[in-house]
Amino acid sequence: MSDGTTPAGPRAIVLAHGAVAEALVAAVELITGRGDRFSPLSNQNLGAAEIDALLRERVDALGARVIFTDLPAGSCNFAACRLLKDRPDLIVVTGVNLPALLQYATRDTGSDADAVAAAVERGGSALRVLTGRPRAD
Amino acid sequence: MPIDLYRIDDRLIHGQVIVGWGQPMDLGFIVLVDDEVAASEWERELYRMGVPPEVGLYFASVDEAVARLEEWRADPRHGILLTGDVDTMRRLTERAPAIREVNVGGIHHRPGRTERLRYVFLNPDEEQALRAMEARGVAVTVRDVPSARAMRLGELVGARSA
Repeated sequence: MSDGTTPAGPRAIVLAHGAVAEALVAAVELITGRGDRFSPLSNQNLGAAEIDALLRERVDALGARVIFTDLPAGSCNFAACRLLKDRPDLIVVTGVNLPALLQYATRDTGSDADAVAAAVERGGSALRVLTGRPRAD
Repeated sequence: MPIDLYRIDDRLIHGQVIVGWGQPMDLGFIVLVDDEVAASEWERELYRMGVPPEVGLYFASVDEAVARLEEWRADPRHGILLTGDVDTMRRLTERAPAIREVNVGGIHHRPGRTERLRYVFLNPDEEQALRAMEARGVAVTVRDVPSARAMRLGELVGARSA
């Protein structure tokens, strides 16, 4: 899946409900060919302790330093934040969407923190209301 | 308005609670009853951070919950009381007879547990504790989200008496 011009292998974990993480990463791959920058995980059918253990194992295995989660008050985000207690160098981003992951996947320079900041900016600004009516201003 | 839902859920606060149940019922507050969480400032802060600011959040040990239950039941807002395991809810219901209905919302796989539903796995002690609650007159139903059918405990674990 790598395009050969940037470092291959997952740089971040996407932990989300149901099939969301798999689907988001598949879409990143489809759009950019850089789906391999992410390792998708699901909380499906897991209790809180099992989600914690799964995430910790994946972070250790990949040496990931960034975790994207979907829902601020969700079990995925609580698991990621719980990991911060032992790993203060980790960065957790919640409310992930496709524009955020695309931005993160295609940024090849700068620190993890810079890449995350750009992803948050892009993901947040991508939420817009579009209507067929002319704008009042 | 009394507390609307007394729920056993090993994820404690999560999407089903905040969104699935919370939005339709206009959730005003959550009581999280867990001795370990109540004793850990880190865990309390973790949950505070994730819960929407308009939702009140109270942490309590079982002892504290017994002492404050009537106060929460008198709160005009809609509330959910959560425990992370069967034993905590058992201890609470034994000392708080005002709790007449318990929702089993999520108890996931662990060694020693048997699958009853895709989101409910129980070991023999947990089954026995739930049956004992029913024998004391507490209605135990199983349902992950409000749109699902509420199943009686007997539908999952058989009709043997406690």
